[in-house]
Amino acid sequence: MRADPTQQAAYGRLLKKHTPAVPVVRNALMAFIVGGSICAVGQIFMNLFMRHGLSPERAGTLTAVTVVFIGAVLTALGLYDEIVRVAGMGGSLPISGFSNAVVSPAMEFRREGWVLGVGARIFGIAGPVITFGLLTSMLVGAVYVLFRLPLPK
Amino acid sequence: MAFVWAFLAGGALCVLAQLVVDLTPLTPAHTMVLFVVLGAVAAGLGLYDPLLKAAGAGASVPLTGFGNVLVQGIFKDIGRYGVQGLMTGGLTASAAGITMAVVFAAIAALAFRPKG
Repeated sequence: MRADPTQQAAYGRLLKKHTPAVPVVRNALMAFIVGGSICAVGQIFMNLFMRHGLSPERAGTLTAVTVVFIGAVLTALGLYDEIVRVAGMGGSLPISGFSNAVVSPAMEFRREGWVLGVGARIFGIAGPVITFGLLTSMLVGAVYVLFRLPLPK
Repeated sequence: MAFVWAFLAGGALCVLAQLVVDLTPLTPAHTMVLFVVLGAVAAGLGLYDPLLKAAGAGASVPLTGFGNVLVQGIFKDIGRYGVQGLMTGGLTASAAGITMAVVFAAIAALAFRPKG
């Protein structure tokens, strides 16, 4: 049975009236403050590693690992989910959010076993990120190889 | 001053991602994938390196930086191994972050109970 169009429209209006409006500006502001702060913390470690004589590349890798570590600790303590709740993509876009996406299901699905729980679930969100990152980057590289473009650096 | 640029650039990328979540049907998971792809494409166009130089961790810490790392790794390995570099560069360059996320996840699963 299909509802007639006027009924559908009425339902649509009702739905819209009772769905809370997304606070776009507030969400953006929180994402900015929290996401920016995580990156500023990353910069502190970046400077620290470079001051100890590491190349920018190695310092960048260690910075990534450090931010992943911080994200993992806050996730283990149950705090990172709060950060994501308040700051949305300000918590999820930095690699601490990637870390949260790996660590959080590891803790949650341990009750389903180490292999089919932890092992299978930790890449639920990180898996798509890695998959499409690998596919895109290979495509980019293939374009450079096919057209014999000069490699940067 | 590096902190300020890292804060501003990283914050701006997060705002863009938040706007995608709030104003399009894409979920946060879709948006994370989208930004890795965008970062890889920007790296391919040679746009990401200038951003990295200007914003440091503000460009490397968001997931766009992950896309950039994948592409830079592939460039590096193409230089070393030719076509074979296409197969090795991405995961080689991103190995530390992915590996340590898994290690920390295993430790957390061992030692911590989830809340709620």
